[in-house]
Amino acid sequence: MEVFVVSLLNGLVYGMLLFMLASGLTLIFSMMGVLNFAHASAYMLGAYFAYTISLLIGFWLALLISPLICGLIGAGIEMWGLRRVHKNGHIAELLFTFGLALIIEKLVQMTWGLIAVPYRVPALLDFPLFTLYGTNFPAYRAFMLLISGLMFGTIWLALTRTRIGLIVQASLTHPEMVSALGHNVPRVFTLVFAGGTALAGLAGVIGGNYHTTEPSMAFTMGPIVFVVVVFGGLGSLAGCFIASLLMGLIQTFAVVFDYSPADLLKQFGLTVTSSTPFAEVLTVPLPRIGALLPYILLVLILLVRPRGLLGTRDT
Amino acid sequence: MTMETAQPGPAALVRSIEPAPAAKTRSHWLWLAAVAIALALPWLFFNWSTGRHSGFVLIMLSEIGLMTIFALSFNMQMGQSGLLSFGHAILFGLGGYCTAHALNAIKAGGLWLPTELVPLVGGLGGLAFGAFFGFIATKQRATAFAMITLGLGELVAAAALMFTGFFGGEGGISTNRVTGVSLLGASYSASWQVYYLIVAWTLISTVLMRLQTQTPLGRLANATRDNFERAEFIGYDPRMVRFCQYLLSGFFAGIAGALYAILYEIVTFDTVSAPKSATALLATYIGGVGGFYGPILGTILIVLLQSGVSLLSNAWLLYVGVLFVVMVMFAPNGILGLIAMHGPIARSGRVAALIVPYLRVLLPGLMVVGAFVLLVEMASFVTIGAEQGKSFKLGGAMHIDPFTLPPWVAAAAALVVATVWLRLEARALGRVWDGLSDEAKRLGQAS
Repeated sequence: MEVFVVSLLNGLVYGMLLFMLASGLTLIFSMMGVLNFAHASAYMLGAYFAYTISLLIGFWLALLISPLICGLIGAGIEMWGLRRVHKNGHIAELLFTFGLALIIEKLVQMTWGLIAVPYRVPALLDFPLFTLYGTNFPAYRAFMLLISGLMFGTIWLALTRTRIGLIVQASLTHPEMVSALGHNVPRVFTLVFAGGTALAGLAGVIGGNYHTTEPSMAFTMGPIVFVVVVFGGLGSLAGCFIASLLMGLIQTFAVVFDYSPADLLKQFGLTVTSSTPFAEVLTVPLPRIGALLPYILLVLILLVRPRGLLGTRDT
Repeated sequence: MTMETAQPGPAALVRSIEPAPAAKTRSHWLWLAAVAIALALPWLFFNWSTGRHSGFVLIMLSEIGLMTIFALSFNMQMGQSGLLSFGHAILFGLGGYCTAHALNAIKAGGLWLPTELVPLVGGLGGLAFGAFFGFIATKQRATAFAMITLGLGELVAAAALMFTGFFGGEGGISTNRVTGVSLLGASYSASWQVYYLIVAWTLISTVLMRLQTQTPLGRLANATRDNFERAEFIGYDPRMVRFCQYLLSGFFAGIAGALYAILYEIVTFDTVSAPKSATALLATYIGGVGGFYGPILGTILIVLLQSGVSLLSNAWLLYVGVLFVVMVMFAPNGILGLIAMHGPIARSGRVAALIVPYLRVLLPGLMVVGAFVLLVEMASFVTIGAEQGKSFKLGGAMHIDPFTLPPWVAAAAALVVATVWLRLEARALGRVWDGLSDEAKRLGQAS
């Protein structure tokens, strides 16, 4: 029970972090058809900018400035890069962002070095908030939940209550029609791209000191965010939300339960020894498979239901 | 999401690059010349006083050979069938692992196979794994296919570290190419023997892949790439076409992996990982996806960058990334596309008129590259290089201290000025170009 509650909370924190990254990507992917490989790079840049800014003027301003810089970079990429590549088709756009991700990783290595930087949780939040069954729950995780919850609320209100939000929503499902009605769709694209990048940057600010801030963080996080977006479905923020929480919980719980397929077979009276065929595959414990689960889910959902959980169109 | 509607480019390009019947004989001469160069190149770097080959050059040339097969097999999916794969290296690496195990079995006496034919083991391995992964991945196309291959790539890369029996964990599988079994009586202990083995297999694979593009299957792959619904209406199953292409592509990727195993005598999880897949993608796209020969050009360029620049600079991957992004933005059909663009103007006999504008672009272009490289190198020196105790030298002679401000200001100013100048010259070039291609069009219509 205690393991369950603690894992549930941790999974929720991780899931909300994933949602911050994935919500921007879902909007970009659904509207523009661009599977943005550089999205996780914005997450990394957010963390690194926050590290440098928090050294200079403190964490709280970094929380504000770092996502802003990321958003500006995103707007620049959209206006001067993607728009130009757009005429060459979706594959060219995808490859463009792929190249950008490579460049950003190298630039980060050159600016901040090859190894992880000591980006720490601010002292103000570095205390256990409450103790649950003898395990401390850090205040910073609660803060992460708060920020991501606030962000979720803000996006929700912005998309459903504002004029620009309604145009964005309409562009998600019927981009041609919105354009035909005379809205400046390219400007909406720039806005959404910048907004999504800023959100990824914000996720980097609060996630960088929760995980580690290192040059490879973009390439480890990127595929998982793709999984969430594809799993949740194109054009659906709700699907993205469910998929994020699901993925966060799955990955957290997989680490906790130390079972392997062999243990399952034992329940049915079958013992796996080293001479059993595929013994190596059968004795792999669940925590080690945990990292693989998102990819297995990705392949499965694309095979069975290519439009994802709540998607409106095929990927 | 529909990709084929937004992508008229490659189809148009294939038509323009496909040689006219009259040019066929010329292309045979190109093939002969390429083979002659490949056979002769090691002797250019032969040290006659010691009587030894240059090991560095031989390995680099061998790498070009096997990576050529790998990139061409990638283009069987990407250029020919419109299938963008982010996990092509799994076929390459798994072929390599199969070969390493086969070589060990031959050495132990459990299997008889001459070294010359060992790459076939890798090919068959790639074919078998290609059948399995292809069955899964080719169910979808376009972005969904790309995502599935991404997932499969991550899965295999993770599995390679998890299951030590077949993959050998982090250490990989070591092997020995000197098995003592050979058709030609060669021991393959010297790297020049391995190089000629790789040349032979590269030639065989390239010819086979070239011929494959002219088979009905190769043509159908183009058809499903350009308009899969129409291909389906004619009565072909697009999924079957995709599957067959994936399968054959797996065979050739497996051969490339086998040659890798023979060359380096070790296969580690790097061979199945994402960076390896990315190399094929970069080489193919930089060379040009539209025609058959693009990936060969791209591979030569990438391997030269990889072997040459990586010795001089920590930042070679950054240069490759920037080159890639520039190509995607300004020359989406790659180097081969750039060359092919000159076709109509060359036929109208006016190429000479381009020489002066090209030279005028070249000067600021070189300045932009120079200033950019200087900035990158100074930055990488300050963060990474200085720790390794090196001193910063330019051209081996000029000393610059990157910890002071002036070189940074100078380089940044040079970059800005050269960029503005380049834009002006590029516009002038564009005007000359438009004039010439209009002229070529008029001439074409007149005749």
